[in-house]
Amino acid sequence: MSINATLIGQMITFALLVWFTMKYIWPPLFDSLEERKKKIADGLAAAEKGQEEIILAEKRAKGVLKEAKEQSSEIVTLAQKRANEIVEESKDTAKKEGERLIVAAKAQIEQEIQQAKEGLRQEVADLALSAAEQILGAEIDKAKHQDIVSKVSNQLG
Amino acid sequence: MATEVHAAEGATGYIIHHLTALHVGEGFWTLHLDTLFFSAVLGGLFLWFFKTAADKATAGVPGLVQNFAEMLIEFVDTQVKDSFHGNSKLIAPLALTIFCWVFLWNFMDLFPVDIFPLIGSLMGIEYLRVVPSTDLNATFAMSISVFCLIIFYSIKIKGPWGFAKELMFQPFGPWLLPFNLLLKLVEEIAKPISLALRLFGNLYAGELIFILIALLPWYIQPVLSFPWAIFHILIITLQAFIFMVLTIVYLSMAHEDH
Repeated sequence: MSINATLIGQMITFALLVWFTMKYIWPPLFDSLEERKKKIADGLAAAEKGQEEIILAEKRAKGVLKEAKEQSSEIVTLAQKRANEIVEESKDTAKKEGERLIVAAKAQIEQEIQQAKEGLRQEVADLALSAAEQILGAEIDKAKHQDIVSKVSNQLG
Repeated sequence: MATEVHAAEGATGYIIHHLTALHVGEGFWTLHLDTLFFSAVLGGLFLWFFKTAADKATAGVPGLVQNFAEMLIEFVDTQVKDSFHGNSKLIAPLALTIFCWVFLWNFMDLFPVDIFPLIGSLMGIEYLRVVPSTDLNATFAMSISVFCLIIFYSIKIKGPWGFAKELMFQPFGPWLLPFNLLLKLVEEIAKPISLALRLFGNLYAGELIFILIALLPWYIQPVLSFPWAIFHILIITLQAFIFMVLTIVYLSMAHEDH
């Protein structure tokens, strides 16, 4: 029961145990704990960052989509406008062409009328001459009476 | 389960036999071989277990051994961080060693009181006391070591003059110097004594009750020893915990500069 040299032996053992624990046991175990804590913290931070990035990406995607929609509607509007323009243009062209055709046709008709008139005049002049010849019984010198003939034929036209 | 010889000596003889250490030497130079042997073996067990865990320690998924070791490490670290605010590489490992070692000492109390003495007697050893914490030498060795650390850190942190000033001028100022000194000395010396005697007293009494139960007829023994053993699980853990926490508190007090 009394205090004796066992005390010293126990103290030495205790000192050795503490020294060993301090040197070889506590540091590696504690470090691994700290490292794991850090790893977990890093992982959580990374996960959070990833989530944020997803939100950002979604926002960006929405923006891009909106822009694309705007662009496409713009394109459609433009195309419609262009189509209208083309229709208008072709309408104009058609109108002009028609008018041109009409003008040409009229000119042709006019020309043909003139030709027909000319022909008729000639014929009438010829007829009148032949009729006058027959009436006068004598051949009228065509060269001599050119003025008269042409006057008549002018009157006929 | 008293043997013939002890039965002849009666109950007192049986109890004395169980509480006598295996010793060699005379006077102060007596060595309690059983205390030295069992505490060394238990210390080795503690080191072996934690070394195994430390060698395989990874920051990845821990194994079973590492898990358990880390649980204890975290537990001790929390206790240290709660009361100690300085930076010391010694205190946490010291606390871990104290907790585990004292717990293992105390745990020897849960083995049936006659098993080890019986094995010992078969090997020709007459006396065997297996619970180191029922030996004052073991508990005092630890508390005196802690006391030395308290003094060492007090002087290291506060300086010799600072520590002396604290002893002389607190708590009542310089006019009551002798009284302060007396009070402080008692306070300091009470620390190791209370540490050692608390642990010793609890475990000695616990062991004594186990021995007393062992003296009863065999059909009564389980009824008494079973609840006492369960209760004792609490006591041995609590005593180890108290020793550890008080060590931390004393050392953090030594680190505090007023």
